[in-house]
Amino acid sequence: MKKKLTTVVFRGTPEQEEKLIAAIDKYKGVKGAMMPILQEAQSIYGYLPIEVQKIIAERTGVSLEEIYGIASFYAQFKLNPDGEVAVAVCLGTACYVKGSGQIIEEVSKQLNVAVGSTSPDGRYSLEATRCIGACGLAPVMTINGEVYGRLTVAEVAGILEKYR
Amino acid sequence: MKSIQELSEIRDRMKQAMVIRKGTEKSYDAVAGQGSVRSQVLICGGTGCTSSGSVNIHKALDEELERRGLQDQVKVVQTGCFGLCANGPIMIIYPEGTFYSHVKVEDVPEIVSEHLLGGRSVDRLLHKEKVDGVLTTIPSLADTGFYKKQHRVALRNCGAIDPENIDEYIGTDGYQALAKVLTQMTPQQVIDTVLASGLRGRGGAGFPTGRKWQFAANQPAGKKYVVCNADEGDPGAFMDRSVLEGDPHAVLEAMAIAGYAIGADEGYIYVRAEYPIAVHRLQVAIAQAREYGLLGQDIFGTGFNFDITLRLGAGAFVCGEETALLTSIEGNRGEPHPRPPFPAVKGLFGKPTIINNVETYANVAQIINNGAAWFSAMGTEKSKGTKVFALGGKIVNTGLVEIPMGTTLREIIDDIGGGIPNGKKFKAAQTGGPSGGCIPARFLDTPIDYDNLLAIGSMMGSGGLIVMDEDNCMVDIAHFFLEFTVDESCGKCTPCRVGTRRLLEILEKIISGNGEMEDLDRMEELCRYIKEGSACGLGQTAPNPVIATMKYFRDEYIAHIVDKTCPAGVCKKLLRYSIDPEKCIGCGKCARNCPNEAIVRTDYIAPGHKLASMQILAEKCVKCGACMSGCKFDAISKS
Ligand SMILES: Cc1cc2nc3c(=O)[nH]c(=O)nc-3n(C[C@H](O)[C@H](O)[C@H](O)COP(=O)(O)O)c2cc1C
Ligand code: FES
Repeated sequence: MKKKLTTVVFRGTPEQEEKLIAAIDKYKGVKGAMMPILQEAQSIYGYLPIEVQKIIAERTGVSLEEIYGIASFYAQFKLNPDGEVAVAVCLGTACYVKGSGQIIEEVSKQLNVAVGSTSPDGRYSLEATRCIGACGLAPVMTINGEVYGRLTVAEVAGILEKYR
Repeated sequence: MKSIQELSEIRDRMKQAMVIRKGTEKSYDAVAGQGSVRSQVLICGGTGCTSSGSVNIHKALDEELERRGLQDQVKVVQTGCFGLCANGPIMIIYPEGTFYSHVKVEDVPEIVSEHLLGGRSVDRLLHKEKVDGVLTTIPSLADTGFYKKQHRVALRNCGAIDPENIDEYIGTDGYQALAKVLTQMTPQQVIDTVLASGLRGRGGAGFPTGRKWQFAANQPAGKKYVVCNADEGDPGAFMDRSVLEGDPHAVLEAMAIAGYAIGADEGYIYVRAEYPIAVHRLQVAIAQAREYGLLGQDIFGTGFNFDITLRLGAGAFVCGEETALLTSIEGNRGEPHPRPPFPAVKGLFGKPTIINNVETYANVAQIINNGAAWFSAMGTEKSKGTKVFALGGKIVNTGLVEIPMGTTLREIIDDIGGGIPNGKKFKAAQTGGPSGGCIPARFLDTPIDYDNLLAIGSMMGSGGLIVMDEDNCMVDIAHFFLEFTVDESCGKCTPCRVGTRRLLEILEKIISGNGEMEDLDRMEELCRYIKEGSACGLGQTAPNPVIATMKYFRDEYIAHIVDKTCPAGVCKKLLRYSIDPEKCIGCGKCARNCPNEAIVRTDYIAPGHKLASMQILAEKCVKCGACMSGCKFDAISKS
């Protein structure tokens, strides 16, 4: 998926930084540890802003370019924080042939958030995912982890209303 | 640490405890005498049923049983995927084998009082399906059309055992194959057995598994690795995930067997981080296997060491390609390398490595236990055994199916899949995901195997099987897959990075109504250039969806280019919505749904109606379809 840099301000705390440093040190001397480090960093902060990547670069001695290269390569790494209301629409093949392309457009329009980004106030985020394994319910989307299946375009507004 | 003797004791004990699930013991008493609980309730805990709420049902059932003091008489087991995901959440009650579908939390008290206490099945929850056009109640899972033509080998334990309980796996002869190879077979005999079985890789390319193992075994002794590819990159597939969720030990056992065969003591499973349930079950399984000494040092006291590490993949399609996957385990951007050297010679951390797909591994222990001849008796001449497909799209029984190689697409779609919903017509089936092609109706009777699918311009792929009906536009589907590969190209080589982008631009031109006939020739040329010039499998196969749709559905391309219409009514820029004034009752719902105030009232009142009909202003219409999906009177159409 295409990556966009975030417009949301970084709000890391000292406690988070402490945890991050502990996580980095845990992998000292382990072969191929950059991915697990980034995965832990993401679970601490919820995403991987450039500020966090810098800390990792300083602590591991790996260049920031290289870390950014890895973070932007993999779909799992988020350069954008999830919104308080995080919407993910499945664009896996099974969902797509059942119309999830129209669903994601409708969500984007309703929330006024582009696919793959977070509203500047941090309230809403919208992402496209690949098959989430619920093809039996296609087309599906999740909002903060809650699964909504067998969607129609007309239902979208009503579902989102609950999260306004 | 368990000895082989102890392993067999656990097996025998668990076999007794699980015999109830054979569904052959018809009365409670017969089973009670065998020292097991009188009923077992199996609830699907796969991703599909979890999404439709099975976890809450499990909780409610536990509470209800406790409330009624039945917790010692009824055992509730959370299993992996039963396969019939579209009908989830699914529950099966043994010894009767009663099959309930679409179960809700509210149904739980009735299931307990009627079925578990009263011994009467709750008829309204029994699964129903059409038999010769009549909706019929199906009392047990084995009687569903969905199951009858399936043959479950890789999936044999999915939906049958508790994947988080190693004893249940042992109760189905689990880890017996490992015991057998370590004590009765030489590594070469293991390789010969796998070779003789005819097992080919289930990850897409279909390379003979035994030959791959032989290459790695032939390398000089020293550090070697066994890797499991659980990256499952096809964006519309969930076979590997279901095997890991439903039967994780089958993969661990096979990897240890592979380690013994090639002389490796370390394994890695590269699994998508987006598969939280699968990751969790793997972690549990690895911990339990270590506790029993089935992974670790000196397994069964034979001196053989083998352990497994999990690595979470982070969602890049190219990382499913084996050389990229290995680079990713090493901690780098997962970019592919040219082969040779093949991983069997120079793989992970530069050492000889075999890498196999999850489903490939899921067959191995059974081949060892039942013999090569048992396996090679299934399937076609060059494709032995079975194949698992994630069946999805426009099909009644969406879910997970396993069929012997050689089954036809028609059998899968009509008999197992229950046909296409809403009386629509079949248009195409897509296999092989973004690397594959689509199969038109005229090939529905082709027996499915590696070679036949290649011959008709598609491929086996890892097992995604998406059915499309007359409402799907094949140009749009080609565009969908190409957009995926453009996104996922690692960018290392030009034909893939630039070529796929150029191809996508032309497709965009066509679906926007600006295509010219010459574009078809340009696309063909680009496809050839990308195929021949790309460094890895991603680029080499990226044009396949375009090539196949151009070959079988050229008329649709021509309609977009010459007539500027999308026959299936999908491509937005070519769409026109209109309201039939005779059908429209003038309720105005469409106008309220319209995001762009593109619908206004006319002054025409149709005979028999009270209000004037509505009308769509073409210049303001954004073609979102909200009006049409909201109209209860079928008055709005698109063309
Ligand atoms: C672009 C690309 C994506 C692939 N994705 C997968 C995948 O998701 N899962 C998989 O098992 N094999 C995938 N493969 C195939 C692997 O490279 C490799 O052939 C396979 O893991 C070998 O295991 P097998 O012989 O058991 O099939 C992919 C190949 C390519 C070129
Ligand atoms: S394709 Fe959407 S859940 Fe599988």
